[in-house]
Amino acid sequence: MTIALETRGLEKSFGGLRVTRDLSLRVMQGARHALIGPNGAGKTTVINQLTGVLTPNSGRILLEGHDITDLSVHKRVLRGLSRTFQINQLYADLTPLETIGLAVSERMGRGGDWWRRMGTRDDVNAEIAEILARFHLLDVMTELTSTLPYGKQRLLEIAVAIAAKPRVLLLDEPAAGVPESERHDILAVVAALPRDVTVLLIEHDMDLVFSFADRISVLVNGGLLTEGAPDEVARDPQVRAVYLGEAADA
Amino acid sequence: MSALSDVSTHAMATARWRISEVAFWVLALACAFLFPSRYLIMTDIVRLGLFALSLDLILGYAGIVSLGHAAFFGAGAYSAGLLALHGIINEPVIALVAAGLVAAVLGFLTSFLVIRGVDLTRLMVTLGIALLLEALAERFSDITGGTDGLQGIEMQPILGLFAFDMFGKTGFFYSLIVLFILFLLARRVVHSPFGLSLRAIRNNPLRAAAIGVPVNRRLIAVYTLAAFYAGIAGALFTQTTALASLDVFSFERSADLMLVLVIGGTGYLYGGLIGAVVFKMLQELFQSLTPQYWLFWIGLVLVVIVMVGRARIHRWVLFVPNLIIRQVAGRKAAVAVPEGDAS
Amino acid sequence: MASILTNLFDGVAYGMLLFVLACGLAVTLGLMNFVNLAHGAFAMAGGYICAVLVNNSGWPFFAALPLAFVGSAVIGIALERALYRHLYSRSHLDQVLFSIGLVFMSVAAVDYIMGSSRVFIKLPAALEGQIDLFGVGIGRYRLMIVVICGLLTLALQLILAKTRFGSRLRAAVDDPRAAIGLGINVPQVFAFTFAFGCGLAGLGGALSAEILGLDPYFPLKFMIYFLIVVTVGGSSSITGPFLASLLLGIADVAGKYYVPKMGPFVIYTVMIVILLWRPNGLFGRTAAR
Repeated sequence: MTIALETRGLEKSFGGLRVTRDLSLRVMQGARHALIGPNGAGKTTVINQLTGVLTPNSGRILLEGHDITDLSVHKRVLRGLSRTFQINQLYADLTPLETIGLAVSERMGRGGDWWRRMGTRDDVNAEIAEILARFHLLDVMTELTSTLPYGKQRLLEIAVAIAAKPRVLLLDEPAAGVPESERHDILAVVAALPRDVTVLLIEHDMDLVFSFADRISVLVNGGLLTEGAPDEVARDPQVRAVYLGEAADA
Repeated sequence: MSALSDVSTHAMATARWRISEVAFWVLALACAFLFPSRYLIMTDIVRLGLFALSLDLILGYAGIVSLGHAAFFGAGAYSAGLLALHGIINEPVIALVAAGLVAAVLGFLTSFLVIRGVDLTRLMVTLGIALLLEALAERFSDITGGTDGLQGIEMQPILGLFAFDMFGKTGFFYSLIVLFILFLLARRVVHSPFGLSLRAIRNNPLRAAAIGVPVNRRLIAVYTLAAFYAGIAGALFTQTTALASLDVFSFERSADLMLVLVIGGTGYLYGGLIGAVVFKMLQELFQSLTPQYWLFWIGLVLVVIVMVGRARIHRWVLFVPNLIIRQVAGRKAAVAVPEGDAS
Repeated sequence: MASILTNLFDGVAYGMLLFVLACGLAVTLGLMNFVNLAHGAFAMAGGYICAVLVNNSGWPFFAALPLAFVGSAVIGIALERALYRHLYSRSHLDQVLFSIGLVFMSVAAVDYIMGSSRVFIKLPAALEGQIDLFGVGIGRYRLMIVVICGLLTLALQLILAKTRFGSRLRAAVDDPRAAIGLGINVPQVFAFTFAFGCGLAGLGGALSAEILGLDPYFPLKFMIYFLIVVTVGGSSSITGPFLASLLLGIADVAGKYYVPKMGPFVIYTVMIVILLWRPNGLFGRTAAR
């Protein structure tokens, strides 16, 4: 098995505070890997370093064996590393059609076309239509995103990330805030992601993690506490103490 | 596959010409024949509209606030003046394009400073560049004529056929045609994938990058394009008035421009054109009241617009045109409403 | 050698003056993320208040200076309560448009009331001429500026570091949302700081009439200087703007003295080089988040 995404000795400090400590993670090709940890464990900081929003103080990040530590955000996306956002960062005044169109155009290298109108290339259109259909968004494609029900917005969030045809997908709490009635759609979509897409799931919801992940890494205080198969992690007394114990209280 | 044709139809729908747009341009052309004694001021409006269109490209579509857009206007104005004065390029249309390109090069070079940093840095840089150019033009007065400006510019006939006349008729039609062509280009650009990515960047640059949009490259491109437009506006100024003086770079010109665009609304291309008409009418009105203290009234208008709220002002400005269009078209067709004013 | 030191001293005096003029802007920017391009208008108000008191009413110069401070502060608080406070949550574009509008109105109004020509404030004889300090010629007026502005800077540092108000202000600048959570009345702190900043600008305006020149276009002419001070210096502390002001003052004086033909370009060049090197300013984070 090859490694899809790897960090080596990642370090990040803000002021005097070490937010990421010597973090070495390996996400295998095709894995359903979950990164869990209590609030303030530094999960968001890790994502931001993986995607290039933050630069680590030291350590390297490798995507399919290539060092991407110094690449800009959009170049990582084109290399096949894409993410979803936990809080709503969709374009409120664009339609799903435009949002997906944007992502597909960029991936196909047509995003800089200034001389032609949107919608005039059949290869781009076909892919947009395919994505919209797969994520049940065809019927609402011309409505403003801000007017969509929350569940649809979460679907769009994942659809945008998938439109970039990632080989590694970072899912940041995909079901956060979704009402129970619409959760099923999200979970079904996440479960139906093709196996050639490696998924790193950052999640709070333990039910989701244990039903979905085949491998779990536990992050505490910016460092790796333990890693293993779900049942191993669930049995780990340390994890129970710092994490599951807390979840049980909540 | 019906989904495919749906996608393509809907994707192209936003770029379709509306009745109100056609009406706008018919009206603009009609003005040329309705007010034959007012060519000079109408030329002024057209030029200002083009200049404001240029600002709309970076402010309305890319979200860059500039305090010194006059830098490019001035670069175009002096380029056109010098080309004509020294007989380097005598044909006005070619000279116009050349002047626009000079401004575009300047825009490209300075864009690297502008795209870095936050709003505040951009304000400083754009203002600083315009002031720098003004100081340079003053310093090299042997080339620019210093505070007197370029003297003795004589324009050759356009395409060797149409001579500029003293009533400004040729100048007006020339300006209107240039505006229309550049408007068509801008319209195409904002409805392209490139234009869509600009809107994404304006709304949330970080998210745009996470979708795969090369944010900086797009901003450089649109800044350069806007500089080209501003340069053309400046060149039109010199060609139709045979003047180029230091005040082409002035801060007041950049600030007036913002007012023009804000009156009409940002982010739908017509804002600058509508704003130019309203602005010139206001200017006529206030200058007949107190010609010396025109600056006070501009300031007051700015303050009032912001205090009342830009979005509300636009509903008022667009109220009459919308009403007429609804009457004429007899259905829910409205002039495009400026977007993003809520922010 | 002596002329170098004289120029250096002039530059320092100029820089300190810029700091007093601009530091209010830096604090309000850091606190409310409000881009107030009309800051120079408050400085101009102070300058004209001082000029009217001294030239027309015969007040002594040193008695008129505090009035310049108070007058500008009062105008500041009135405008803050009436207009500014409605705009804190608006976009930077709105804030820019609004404050440019205020600048234009102030320029035209002062032009209408006071005339467009440059105004000189009658100085006491004690402030004229130079004194010789170890062979270096030092203008008395500039010496006074360095003393006053130096004391003000020290006082500001002490207020920020030692007083209860200072610690509240620092907390609010650091993280306004957290400060509200801690029960600090941020709008009140802001209103007070705004008025104080306007007062300082007014004092600076009165002091600068002799050096920078005072006419109705003052707020426009010096807008770029204020912007440079706050962008290069940042707004997380007052040390940054202070050092930026000194740098700007020294560079400007040196540029105008040693390369008179290229004088005005020196500061722009410095500005561009700094931005290329440190896009977010020399000192820490910038104001606009």
